[in-house]
Amino acid sequence: MDPARKRRLRLIVALGAAAALASVLVYTSFSASTEASKPSQVRPGHAYELTGKVVNGSVSHAGDELRFRIRDRDGHRSVPVRYAGAVPDPFREGREVIVSGELRNGTFIAERDSLVTKCPSKFTKEKRRS
Amino acid sequence: MEYALAFLLLAAVVALVVVLPFLRTGSAEAEEDARRAELDAAKEAKYREIRDAELDYRMGKLSQEDWRAVDRELRSEAIEILRRLDRLP
Amino acid sequence: MAGIGSACLAVGLFTALYAAGASIYGAHRGRRAWVTSGRRAIYCLAGLMVAGTAILQAAFLRSDFSYALVAEGSSTDTPGFYKVTAMWATQDGSLLLWALLLSLFSAAVLFLTRRSLREIAPYATAVLGVVAAFFLVLMVGWENPFDTLAAPPMEGNGLNPLLRHPAMMIHPPLLYTGYVGFSIPFAFAVGALVTRRTGADWIRATRRFALVAWTFLGTGIMLGALWSYTELGWGGYWAWDPVENASLMPWLAGTAFLHSIMVQEKRGMLRIWNVSLVCGTFVLALIGTFLVRSGILDSIHAFGASTIGTQFLVFIGLVVAFSVALILARLPDLRSRAKLDSLLSREAFFLLNNLVLVGLCLVIMWGTFFPLISEALTGDKASVGPPWFERLTVPLAIVLVLLSGIGPVLAWRRVTLRGLRRVLVAPLALTLLALLALLGLTDASQSPPSLVMFCLVAFVLAAVGQEFWRGASARRTVTGEPWPRALVRLAGRNRRRYGGYLVHAGIAVLFLGVAASSAFHDQRDVRLAPGESFRTGDYTVTYRKPTARLGGDSAGTGAPISLGAVLDVKKGDQRFTLHPARNYYPTQDPSKGVVSRYFEGEANSEVDVRWGLKRDFWLAVRPDLASLDRPIREADRRFPGASNDVQAVVIAALTERYRSHPPPAAFRAIVSPLVLWIWIGGAIAVLGALIAVWPAPEARLRRVRSLYAARLGRELSRA
Repeated sequence: MDPARKRRLRLIVALGAAAALASVLVYTSFSASTEASKPSQVRPGHAYELTGKVVNGSVSHAGDELRFRIRDRDGHRSVPVRYAGAVPDPFREGREVIVSGELRNGTFIAERDSLVTKCPSKFTKEKRRS
Repeated sequence: MEYALAFLLLAAVVALVVVLPFLRTGSAEAEEDARRAELDAAKEAKYREIRDAELDYRMGKLSQEDWRAVDRELRSEAIEILRRLDRLP
Repeated sequence: MAGIGSACLAVGLFTALYAAGASIYGAHRGRRAWVTSGRRAIYCLAGLMVAGTAILQAAFLRSDFSYALVAEGSSTDTPGFYKVTAMWATQDGSLLLWALLLSLFSAAVLFLTRRSLREIAPYATAVLGVVAAFFLVLMVGWENPFDTLAAPPMEGNGLNPLLRHPAMMIHPPLLYTGYVGFSIPFAFAVGALVTRRTGADWIRATRRFALVAWTFLGTGIMLGALWSYTELGWGGYWAWDPVENASLMPWLAGTAFLHSIMVQEKRGMLRIWNVSLVCGTFVLALIGTFLVRSGILDSIHAFGASTIGTQFLVFIGLVVAFSVALILARLPDLRSRAKLDSLLSREAFFLLNNLVLVGLCLVIMWGTFFPLISEALTGDKASVGPPWFERLTVPLAIVLVLLSGIGPVLAWRRVTLRGLRRVLVAPLALTLLALLALLGLTDASQSPPSLVMFCLVAFVLAAVGQEFWRGASARRTVTGEPWPRALVRLAGRNRRRYGGYLVHAGIAVLFLGVAASSAFHDQRDVRLAPGESFRTGDYTVTYRKPTARLGGDSAGTGAPISLGAVLDVKKGDQRFTLHPARNYYPTQDPSKGVVSRYFEGEANSEVDVRWGLKRDFWLAVRPDLASLDRPIREADRRFPGASNDVQAVVIAALTERYRSHPPPAAFRAIVSPLVLWIWIGGAIAVLGALIAVWPAPEARLRRVRSLYAARLGRELSRA
């Protein structure tokens, strides 16, 4: 095989591999993603990633479980959440959190260890790297 | 007030530093030095390549014919650089 | 003094713009004086930034709360070390840090290239001046670190306790040094493109800066992972969080760049690839800086709207547009004459490794920005989690480690099949041995990807070891030196090559730690009352007793209250004790009661880890404060407006109550095998990078001597 053809062959293989990777990328990401949602918009029967604020006075512990209510950032509709797993250090009433799970019988049952609390903007506006 | 004074003072210092080059003259010599420095850097890089190729051959990665061919090519490139260096006054 | 600081910024802005303008004018008209003037302006800029930073740091150190920044991020009871580092915990301060580092690096590179690269350097100066001007404009116009408060408060907010960790405070300067460092090769690449001198000159001049930047960025990323592992209550070191990814992407692109420039230096190939890659790396570095301040992605670090997000986006867009236009305009000058001879050559494998690294980078970019992509395509903001990232990056990482083992054993241009066989026999044999050992002696087969990774790590280490051995023995046939000296001389004379091999070995060890700790870790969450115990793996953990400390925590972060536990861990004959705790910091929130504010502020876990070469035992505690709720509320009611002394007595009584009547506490125990090797591998890689970057003194002496010889020649001929 002369060099020019060899090179073209290599190029085709490379482009093919890139196309394969791209399609794997697109397919898996759309099928494995969880939709982001606000407490006022969440519906049962589908996994969501809920973003909202912890309602003041709603935090309680029941054995290993953490229970609280989560509301829209700028709203009042709130949803009760039951969560088991690691509770991030900044977790507090009034803080913004992200938690994944599913709405069942009016309560949002959260996935284990999926609770993320946003760093408070009171002390540091941002600048937290991990 | 403090701000304005500091601004003027700092600006004056900077202005002084950046104006100096216009008051000095330079440099056909600086040009030449620069060209020499560049050629020297290229020469060093070429020498390193020649040494690397020899090390590869001694470690058994290159066959003798391959090494001879590469060595010849690199040495001729190095000679070209030396010639250009010599041509500088 | 704050006025002087602000003036430094304003004068700095004009200086940076002057540097850009003067350099371009001088280069365009061939007037050297203007170019020199522009370069000196950069020197001045560095001086101004140093002065400004010094003024700000002095304000932090003397707790001058008339500075808004000091009031926001520091307090009189913040320990000294954290006062100094609090500067970059804020947006304004970190912009100043960027500008400082950029000006220092620019001054350094321009000083080192003042006699060479006469055509390219002016345009590089201009680029660096423009970038510096951008950061200065952000500060002068929007986020001035020298803003003062009309009514300075008596006490500052104090540094967020989660940041009171040495690793966390060194982490930002390291990352920023990395980001800034990549702007140097970018600037010189632009200069090379503009002047059509697309050879290897710009690469030779900036290679070391790229390597230094890469090293700092990598160290910063690793420190961040270390911080995450030892501070955050979930015991992981990487969460595929957007901000973490934002620092990893430029590092991957930078790794690709460091390899592909070698191909251009040796063979003159991949010119288009190199300039595109360096522009991409710089853009990724800007995105890394910007992502945390933008609020466009939901992350633990993203904060709603930001005042400078749009500006950053515009600047990044301009840089991208400018780079693309410039590269397209100079495409004819970038075509290389040499072609790839054989797939069995170092060039081919470097190209492959580049493709894998860029592929990894694109995968991570897709996952990180997926919420925006999905919103644009489907209207719903969806996100992908760590499982997706792992599923896609693990295969690519495996290929990468494989390539990093084959690359070192190849030679440039072409390796014959026989030569290849000769160099691969020993490493493959050792790999096979490792595979058999792993299958027979461990349960590594439970996780096939980890098993593959372990074998590949063995392959890389064997290949690198072989390179050192063969190189030294090749030396010995000529010089007859003893082994140790041959090895040292070998590495000393071929720093780039053997430093690079060491980096490969270090990264392989790092992947060993990552594979082992992520596939084989054992996690248990339990609630225990004192005296109770639980089992995890072969360990038995007993909760001996609770602890309560007042007025200082063992990590020295200045926490007034620290509640914890003492646990005895036993495994066979091995016995050790762990002391995890939870620190409570008071809040200044006036709506909280005078006693409850000590318990309602920030709290963070003081994890206790027993490090081990074979495995780590990680333990965190979360005391249950519910039993103290009523007493705290009663104390609020009975002692409103109490003085500090009374508060201290009340707090002491409350913590004593916790200690004498402890409720069950929640514990998380994680046993992770080989986790320590992640950081050991990283340290090896950094050592290798240091060796690779170390300048050869002989070369510099020769250059200086030749310049003097030339001057002598001139002066003699004139006399």
